[in-house]
Amino acid sequence: MTRKQKRLSMILGGLAVLGLAAGLVLYALSGTITFFHTPSDLAETGVKPGQRIRLGGMVEDGSVQKGPGTQTSFVVTDQIATITVSYNGILPDLFREGQGVVTEGTLQEDGSFVADTVLAKHDENYMPRELAESLKEKGVKLGKGAEQ
Amino acid sequence: MITEIGHFALILAVGVALYQFLAPLYGAQTGHAGLMRAGISAALLQFVLIAVAFAALTHAYVVSDFSVSNVFENSHSAKPFLYKISGVWGNHEGSMLLWVLILALYGSAVALFGGNLPLGLRARVLAVQGAIGLAFLLFIVLTSNPFLRIDPPPIEGNGLNPILQDPALAFHPPFLYAGYVGLSIAFAFAVAALIEGRVDAAWARWVRPWTLAAWMFLTIGIAMGSWWAYYELGWGGWWFWDPVENASLMPWLVATALIHSAVVVEKRNALKIWTVLLSILAFSLSLVGTFLVRSGVLTSVHAFAVDPQRGLFILIILCVFIGGALTLFAWRAQSLKAGGLFAPVSREGSLVANNLLLCVACLAVFVGTLYPLALETLNGDKISVGPPYFNLTFGPIILPLLLLVPVGPFLAWKRGDIGLALRRLWAALALALAVGFAVFALQVRGPWLAPVGMAVAAWLVFGALTDLAAKISLFRAPLATSWQRLTGLPRSALGTVLAHGGLGIVTAGIIAISLWRIEVIVALKPGESADVGVYKVTFIGESPLTGPNYTGQVGNFQVTRDGHPIVTLRSEKRAFKPSGMPTTEVGLYQTLPGDVYVVMGDEAADGARAVRMYYNPFVNLIWLGALVMFIGGLLSLSDRRYRVGAPRRAVAVQAVAAE
Repeated sequence: MTRKQKRLSMILGGLAVLGLAAGLVLYALSGTITFFHTPSDLAETGVKPGQRIRLGGMVEDGSVQKGPGTQTSFVVTDQIATITVSYNGILPDLFREGQGVVTEGTLQEDGSFVADTVLAKHDENYMPRELAESLKEKGVKLGKGAEQ
Repeated sequence: MITEIGHFALILAVGVALYQFLAPLYGAQTGHAGLMRAGISAALLQFVLIAVAFAALTHAYVVSDFSVSNVFENSHSAKPFLYKISGVWGNHEGSMLLWVLILALYGSAVALFGGNLPLGLRARVLAVQGAIGLAFLLFIVLTSNPFLRIDPPPIEGNGLNPILQDPALAFHPPFLYAGYVGLSIAFAFAVAALIEGRVDAAWARWVRPWTLAAWMFLTIGIAMGSWWAYYELGWGGWWFWDPVENASLMPWLVATALIHSAVVVEKRNALKIWTVLLSILAFSLSLVGTFLVRSGVLTSVHAFAVDPQRGLFILIILCVFIGGALTLFAWRAQSLKAGGLFAPVSREGSLVANNLLLCVACLAVFVGTLYPLALETLNGDKISVGPPYFNLTFGPIILPLLLLVPVGPFLAWKRGDIGLALRRLWAALALALAVGFAVFALQVRGPWLAPVGMAVAAWLVFGALTDLAAKISLFRAPLATSWQRLTGLPRSALGTVLAHGGLGIVTAGIIAISLWRIEVIVALKPGESADVGVYKVTFIGESPLTGPNYTGQVGNFQVTRDGHPIVTLRSEKRAFKPSGMPTTEVGLYQTLPGDVYVVMGDEAADGARAVRMYYNPFVNLIWLGALVMFIGGLLSLSDRRYRVGAPRRAVAVQAVAAE
């Protein structure tokens, strides 16, 4: 091979790898991303039951019910709409009534939400940014730390 | 008083950094030797000043001086001594001070040990270091000053976030920063080379040890962070593809590419432009990482409350340095002469493939990490990109690289023979296939990926051993000769074997925990038990708990195997003074074949406790392998050829020409 051919073959090889990777990335992005919603825009945006989403809001005071077993259910609210979330597992340490929460799971046919993940936080003053912004837009009063 | 000395030293350091940036750069452009040398003393002075500032802040933490706002917000007098020290960098301001301290340490190391560098190159490298230092010192002084006082001083502090009160996390930031910031040296060398318009074998010899050191620290820093996440967070996982984790993985991927491409520049005088670009990209990704972690623009499970104004400042620093370096690159790269030729199948070719795959993998991580931010800016949709995306993209991209790793060292420079390389690797190939079939046969029910993954891991480990065996002519020469060769082998050759073998060990650990782990979530009353893998865990009961700065409950769990008692595990629920913030401590029984991992959760209905348990097979191989990789890096770095440094430039060029 001449110098030019060698260089050309390497550039083509590189582009082929890059192209394959780009295809892979686009394919993966189209199939795996999850959208973030609050209870009130859940109805507006028409999320179908079974579609995997993140649901965020405040845990309504007095709504947490334990049992049976490791089941927990609680109500997530953005002061406009509410939705009942059920979760099987261990709640993060900083999960509290009246505090912000982000859960991940699917909407059920009956309008309730089954979460398989309740997101933990490392810091009691930390609130996920999307949640803080969505709640602020809806005029929900936030506690210390959420106002950034 | 001591605090004011520290504050004063910090402000002086800004001035010294400005001098270190301008004087040597001007000196090098005009050929003024005195100004070029000024960079050396400025770099040393800058380190001393920042060290004084850092010591002053540490002093304020140790004596719990709550009149310093930073200490008040992040410390508490009842905190154990180790965490009073680590509390210095357990907050934003202090961690940025640690960042510039390590930067100044690297700068002074170049000043001290760079005696064999040409004066002009050393001056320019130090000037670039000075510019980076200046930017971050200004950032600290203007937006994140740790020395501000409060009046009147409070009696007690707010305490350090309890989950940061952990030995692994005490040392995680210094190692990670040593890695991030170490890449600034490669960056500085790249910018200096672009200004000079000259990259040669000698340049690569100077860049390699610094990059290798940064790579080692990044490796061990990432491993420590993942180890911490594994046993402190109580989620049973070791990697979550979280933006903060990705921020450390991206520079690691590019640094790994860089230590390989720099070899090509040194040995074959090829890939010069590419290597300079990689040096710029590696540090740029460190800056991006710092930005992502410190600005809070991305939602991360590891994120702490942050101030967006600081994010903007770092974003400006980011644009100036990355934009400036890339502009310089676009303008000057043509002046770097292209070097040696090679065939696609050759040692160089395999290293190019390594670079290509690592960079593409890094790109996939980059897209996944920043896509939510881009999409929200464009149309306001709020999304998250989770592990499924990364597993689907990163896995297939990195797999061919893993397959290629053992082959590379068996290809000759310039023109290699793939058939010959595979013939020499036949034993490793046979053993890897055997491992794959063994896993396939033993696995009762399980994914098909497991035998493939384990075969790949075995291929890496046996491939590395074959490389070693070939180097010492094992079984082809008398054993005594092989032994002699082993003792005479350059340490960097051993380092390669360990790093590649370590990668295989990490791979085995990742495959095992990803595919074979067992999770059990149950509500247990005292006396009840549940099966977890081969073990049976019985909840004995709970008792109250009192620590130095917390109180809580401890749950006791008896672990048995086939009726024989193995160990009693304690999982704690702690409430920390003074905030009352709750944390959970995992009960962990560690063995190489697999960990038993017990987390006591909330009280469930009728007096039971929710308990989450995992059996995590071979998970410790992940950190063991990372340690092996780290030791490999350390061995290479201790190689005489690295330690003595590069020979004089002219000699080096002749030596390469003679090869």
